[in-house]
Amino acid sequence: MLKRLFPHPYLSLTLVILWLLLVNDATLGTLILAGVLATLVPLLTQSWWPGRPRIRHPLGLLAYAAIVLWDVIIANFQVAWIILFMPAARIRSAWVVVPLDLTSPEAISLLAGTITMTPGTLTADFSSNGRVLLIHALHAPDPNAVRDAIKTRYEARLKRIME
Amino acid sequence: MTALAEYAIAALLILGGLFGLIGSFGLLKLRDPMQRLHAPTKATTIGVGAALIAAALDMVLLGQGITWQSVLVAAFLFLTAPLSALFLAKTHLLRTIARKDLPKTGTGGDWATFRAKPQK
Repeated sequence: MLKRLFPHPYLSLTLVILWLLLVNDATLGTLILAGVLATLVPLLTQSWWPGRPRIRHPLGLLAYAAIVLWDVIIANFQVAWIILFMPAARIRSAWVVVPLDLTSPEAISLLAGTITMTPGTLTADFSSNGRVLLIHALHAPDPNAVRDAIKTRYEARLKRIME
Repeated sequence: MTALAEYAIAALLILGGLFGLIGSFGLLKLRDPMQRLHAPTKATTIGVGAALIAAALDMVLLGQGITWQSVLVAAFLFLTAPLSALFLAKTHLLRTIARKDLPKTGTGGDWATFRAKPQK
């Protein structure tokens, strides 16, 4: 019964928080409206999202977000350095193919998003069976090192958290 | 104390503006579309992030309370930036890149962009 009413509990929780942040005030009225939204939106959209993603370690997700945020800041400076000071002819761009150990679509989307947000790499496409990512690296003299870094730093953590 | 905070806000705004400028400069300097895609996606994160922190700090110091909307702006930025980058990249792959220049998937199948239907 509860599962039918809230097919995606995490989505419902996110919607409540989102609505409270959006309205920027926590009175009873906004809380009730948030509750209505958190019930209706998952119910109306569940046919497009039939699976129920599991998050085994929600706290691990926070630690993961912190790591990614830190990497984003560092990478921003690296990319800025490349743009400003590296002669265009010396920038070695490369395609990197990353075979995945992850299987859940949610985890793969998270990884693909992480790769795009962290500097110097960008998810360009995925294989038609969804198990390999095609990544473009702005400056990668050693493409294999980029692949290994992605697999150990991000994918291994996501695997532990999500699967 | 407020003077110090104002310097901090000013520094954040300058940092954000600088990164926005660098990202735009990257569009001019880098040579092919895939490389150019890197410049704006990166610069916006720190550029917009610094501007958001400056805005939030300013509101707190003006005594208007914490504006949680800035947290939302950052969250939506992180959600949407990778998606728009992915779609730009896929369009570029489909329209201009020679297939032989792309590495193989290693699965026997092709990259998703070149297949109309998903493979089972």
